[in-house]
Amino acid sequence: MENLKHELKTKIIEALNLEDIAIEDISDDDPLFGDGLGLDSIDALELIVLMDKDYGIKLTDPKEGKTIFQSINTMAAYITEHRSK
Amino acid sequence: MKKCYINGIGCISAQKTFEGGFLDEVEVNTTDVIFSAKNPDYKAFISPGAIRRMAKGVKMGIAASQYALKEANVEIPDAIITGTGMGCLQDSEKFLKAIIDNKEQFLTPTSFIQSTHNTVGAQIALNLQCKGYNFTYVNGAISLESALVDALLQIETREAGTILAGGVDETSGHTLSLYELIGLIKKKDQGPIDVLNPKTPGAVFSEGAGFFVIENQKKSTTYATLEAVGTQNTLQESEVISFIENFLNTNNLKPQDIDAVVLGNNGDVAFDGYYNEAETLFSNTPQVYYKHLCGEYNTATSFGLWTALHILKKQEIPQILQKNQVTKHPINRVLLYNHYRGKDHSLTLLNHADL
Repeated sequence: MENLKHELKTKIIEALNLEDIAIEDISDDDPLFGDGLGLDSIDALELIVLMDKDYGIKLTDPKEGKTIFQSINTMAAYITEHRSK
Repeated sequence: MKKCYINGIGCISAQKTFEGGFLDEVEVNTTDVIFSAKNPDYKAFISPGAIRRMAKGVKMGIAASQYALKEANVEIPDAIITGTGMGCLQDSEKFLKAIIDNKEQFLTPTSFIQSTHNTVGAQIALNLQCKGYNFTYVNGAISLESALVDALLQIETREAGTILAGGVDETSGHTLSLYELIGLIKKKDQGPIDVLNPKTPGAVFSEGAGFFVIENQKKSTTYATLEAVGTQNTLQESEVISFIENFLNTNNLKPQDIDAVVLGNNGDVAFDGYYNEAETLFSNTPQVYYKHLCGEYNTATSFGLWTALHILKKQEIPQILQKNQVTKHPINRVLLYNHYRGKDHSLTLLNHADL
């Protein structure tokens, strides 16, 4: 799980061009949207594509996203349970 | 009809044009066939949240426009008019590469959204929260001139009083490698590049952004008035003289009324003959060239316009720009002539603000 969290942070920084943010700057419990990393709706679309492309997870219900993308912890837990890649 | 005063300018190019004087420091690159624009501190103009998604063209456009607006003491213009020959190439390439790499699946939105040609104008407006007229012209090497014509018409017909108009083009790896393959860019290692005495075909490519605040009133910051812009899709070399003479006649001028002519020589031996023709009309006029400093790109005339405006304001032509040894004072009228590979010919006429 720790490896997955580290991998997720790397992928998020790369996919979202978070130039000034290092892996160490993202805590596992930090909110990804709003006050935490400050991601927005375009970033949410990027994360949906990332989940599909890298882990084979298709998110069809937009309401799910709110829970899944809360933090690195929630993302990692969901991926572990549902991944097909 | 209202006069069009150019009251603020911002230019990003391969030279230190962004801040400071009029080409006080220049770098003449005679070896590279592609060179990049010098970057200002973009974070001074764009929020960290927004900047992370922007390719260089968008950043150059926003920074150059902010600088022009600040100089003209304008917060929000009535209209934003952008010219770009190739648009946001970097994001277009990224998006197309993703389509191929991912077998037409998993397409991410950012590079798609930012790949459209009007991204620069849109991002400038978003940054300013400007809800006015916003238009982008994509007309090859007359993209900037098309934007200027629109601005002229809007000021003259009182549709708008303050307009931000400019041009921007960025370099991008894959597209320029194709340009190299088809000979649009000079071959590497063919010796020092001399724009005025070319021996090889192709040009040296670069990138940049130039934005201009055009208003219906004169200010303490006014550089010049924009009098007229003329464009022509294609011409034979033998037609250049009549093209220029007709343009001048329309504006009740003769070649001897022009105090400096700014020519877009890019060192392409196959096409610089057009400029040789134009020169014959202006043998007793100071001639200026500039693409040895900024390279070629579809909106390189934004650098030429920036140069011409400084010449009119400062009443001097730096030696690095002089194509001949003729001098003339005062410098009241400047004519710019440009074309790209025998197409997209443009003439831009500027007057001293007091004329």
